[in-house]
Amino acid sequence: MQLYTLSASQLHDMLRNKECSAVEIANSVFERIEQVEDRVEAYITLTKESALETARLVDEKLAKGEELPLLAGIPVGVKDNLATKGVQTTSASKMLEGFLPPYDATVVAKIKDSLAVIPGKLNLDEFAMGSSCQTSYYKKTKNPWDLTRVPGGSSGGSSAALAAGEAILAFGTDTGGSIRQPGAFCHVIGMKPSYGSVSRYGLFALSSSMDQIGPMGKTVRDTAMLLSVMSGHDPMDATSSERDLGDLLGGLNNSIKGLRIGLPKEYFCEGVDPQILDAAHKAAKELEAQGAVLVEVSLPSTPYAMPIYNVLGNMEAASNLARYDGVRYGFRAADVSSYSEMFEKTRTEGMGDEVKKRVLLGNLVLTEGRKHDYYRRAKYAQAMMIREFDEAFEQCDVLLSPATPRVAFEINAPIDEHMKKFANDMFLTPSNIAGIPSLSVPCGITKAGLPMGLQLCGPMFSDGLLLNVAQIYENIYGGFNKMPELK
Amino acid sequence: MDYEVVIGLEVHAELNTKTKIFCSCKNSFGAEVNTNCCPVCTGMPGTLPVLNQKVVEYAVKMGLACGCSISEISTMDRKNYYYPDLPKAYQITQGSNQICKNGGVEIVLDEGKSRKVIGIEEIHIEEDAGKLLHDESFSGSLIDYNRCGVPLIEIVTKPDMRSAEEARAFLETIKSILQYLNISDCKMQEGSIRCDVNVSLREKGSDTYGTRCEMKNINTFSGAERAIRYEVQRQKEILEAGGTIEQETLRWDDAKGRNFPMRSKGDAADYRYFPEPDLYTVVVEPQLIERLKAEQPELPNAKTIRYLEDYQLPLTDINLFIENPDKADFFEACMGNGKLKPRTVSNWILVDITRILNEKNKTLADTNMNPDKLCRLISLVEEGKISSTAGRTVLDEIIFSEKEPEDVVKEKGLAQVSDKGALEAIAKDVLSKNEKAVNDYKNGKTNVLGFLVGQCMKASKGQGNPAILRELLSNLIETL
Repeated sequence: MQLYTLSASQLHDMLRNKECSAVEIANSVFERIEQVEDRVEAYITLTKESALETARLVDEKLAKGEELPLLAGIPVGVKDNLATKGVQTTSASKMLEGFLPPYDATVVAKIKDSLAVIPGKLNLDEFAMGSSCQTSYYKKTKNPWDLTRVPGGSSGGSSAALAAGEAILAFGTDTGGSIRQPGAFCHVIGMKPSYGSVSRYGLFALSSSMDQIGPMGKTVRDTAMLLSVMSGHDPMDATSSERDLGDLLGGLNNSIKGLRIGLPKEYFCEGVDPQILDAAHKAAKELEAQGAVLVEVSLPSTPYAMPIYNVLGNMEAASNLARYDGVRYGFRAADVSSYSEMFEKTRTEGMGDEVKKRVLLGNLVLTEGRKHDYYRRAKYAQAMMIREFDEAFEQCDVLLSPATPRVAFEINAPIDEHMKKFANDMFLTPSNIAGIPSLSVPCGITKAGLPMGLQLCGPMFSDGLLLNVAQIYENIYGGFNKMPELK
Repeated sequence: MDYEVVIGLEVHAELNTKTKIFCSCKNSFGAEVNTNCCPVCTGMPGTLPVLNQKVVEYAVKMGLACGCSISEISTMDRKNYYYPDLPKAYQITQGSNQICKNGGVEIVLDEGKSRKVIGIEEIHIEEDAGKLLHDESFSGSLIDYNRCGVPLIEIVTKPDMRSAEEARAFLETIKSILQYLNISDCKMQEGSIRCDVNVSLREKGSDTYGTRCEMKNINTFSGAERAIRYEVQRQKEILEAGGTIEQETLRWDDAKGRNFPMRSKGDAADYRYFPEPDLYTVVVEPQLIERLKAEQPELPNAKTIRYLEDYQLPLTDINLFIENPDKADFFEACMGNGKLKPRTVSNWILVDITRILNEKNKTLADTNMNPDKLCRLISLVEEGKISSTAGRTVLDEIIFSEKEPEDVVKEKGLAQVSDKGALEAIAKDVLSKNEKAVNDYKNGKTNVLGFLVGQCMKASKGQGNPAILRELLSNLIETL
């Protein structure tokens, strides 16, 4: 038995029962990284030295019989758009090559306080713009279930590392599905918590009103463990909520008898891979067998999700990314003679095409004269979407649907008509627009051997309920923690 | 053609809160370069702003002082532009829904002979940017981020001013209000108040506005006055030559005494404003408004008007009282006595007492004076019991001591002699000794009377009542 194949909760217990040491856990993960990283390419930066230092500290405390915090000795990979003090943080962009943040993101500080072991910084699409993990300046991460396919994105480094055993838990960030889609593609759990329940301080902003940092894990219990440590009010984030998510671990395995599960008809639509539709229906039926009640609901504004996201998301992104001018940190173009030339050349050379495209689109919709049309209408549609969710949650307690219309696509797959019509994130983005919590869990493997994902959404601050339903489903499924063959 | 000048101002004032607007860095001027800054105010990736509630409170105070309505809900916006001293590449400000709207500030003009209300369009809160440093000792620019995130309020007027003098009076009034509310240090040399000036001309009597030009970042009031005069003249010359005014932004160079074009309307910046997603709306609870209203001191412009109306003091005196609230309070306490003339009391405080305070580098609080003590001293002079010269001697004796004015008069024998019999003897003696002066007087040189009074004062060791002596002398000369 290899330690890297185990779940965080198993390792948590083994540590306390002295069945293994924290250094052994860390070494197991780093050995695994050595074995597979050249094929998976999940990490931008490895921090083996500080990871082992933390592991040794945990072992010392354990030897002294001290009480350990929840995540002590557990390897938690950190997506590379989260600030780590003194450790290069790039957002997968050339623009931030060599940038050493002078501070830790709140979530990073929290897992450090919990004595988690941080193996390194995980790859993503450049500035978290993308759903393939192929737009990174540093490397292209592969899907451990099929190395010719993408791991999803933008948190593809996180999902691939978990699936490949290169981390036990991981942080992802999700602005339009960037945790849940890679989760679904790699057969791991990915959760976007309620907006405001996790501090965004230290997350290199993409779209501030939709960005959330979330936990990713190999089991529901693991995911709940990480969320319970990372969530909570933060005075450094004015949008962080005072509301507590409750006892997330204690709430797992509560009965779901009488729970109303809504099936949004717009999410069970034509264009979705029939295998995924079947898997989602099957999951619903299995939960019904546990006492849940299935109801059909409607979210008519679903087709507007991507346009709303493209307006609001790009608009905020254009503004958030304007600070990368080469003046204070990161990349600066050579041979420039004025500020404007430096600014222009630095951004031209330092940013990838996808980033440039979104910055241009974002600035376009903000232009005087156009702003009224785009921004106002997007805000109006957003309000409409929130109202529809509110109405749906009068009829049901949680929503269940496929996470993505298709399984992981091939690296460098050309964008076909189907992809244009059925965006990867079309069922995921509405939760970001409405701020509601949402998670994706595995719901089967296709005949071709690729993971499929199921999405659960709930009203604001129902994070605990979603984890409980996911746990019940994991019990039915027979455990989510499965290791692919890396082929 | 007769032109009317139309002026609107945008006044930026740095607030003197302890910490900056969005982080806990110290808000203080003059620290070593790049020491009062942190990841938040230098816009490091991932950092977030948290609004300092004191800034909200200070802005509401100013809004109430300017008669504005206070928005219970206002919004923070991003104003997007690129400049190396702006580390986030956007300024967090209030673009569309400001915290204070629609007010008016009454200003006093023409030495107090007229007044005018200048409309306030809005007052909003925002953050300051850093400073670029240029020096011959290095090439290029260096940046000091200490000023990044210093809280500002911007006070935007309606185009209600009609002359450089009115603009100056408005700026002085705003400065004194900020000082009375103790929300800004108002140190012009440190740039804690700066203004942008909008100037346009129109035909007298016209009810439409002409094309305006804006001059940015003027940091002295006299500079603002000069800039306006220059710009009015520039526009007048263009119009009189049959030209038209192009809307543009100008840079005022106070040293050269002229302005230079910065940018025209065509390349005006599009700031791509949108609501700041990192901050929720700014909520001002009605209870806060009520509390701040109750705490508001009498404002300097209201006080000026009250002093003009109640005491008929000259504006120079009133301005001195406005600048020195301790003296104003002392003055008002003396006026409670009800018998003394305001102008007399004001002179004692602003001239005689102030002279001593300045010599000794003290303030009123350091003295043993109280309004009753001063009133009794002034009454002694006013009732002719001592001369005004003796009065000043008494003041010197009592200002830093426990002594009472009446005791000093006795002790020093300063009581004025008003007894006609005694004074007549002195007068006769003086006349007999000054035959030449008497003859001059008789020959029409009546101004020698002053000399004769002086001789009598000398003879009486300063105690003779000069008014009675003057009357006695003129009567006696006639009889000689």
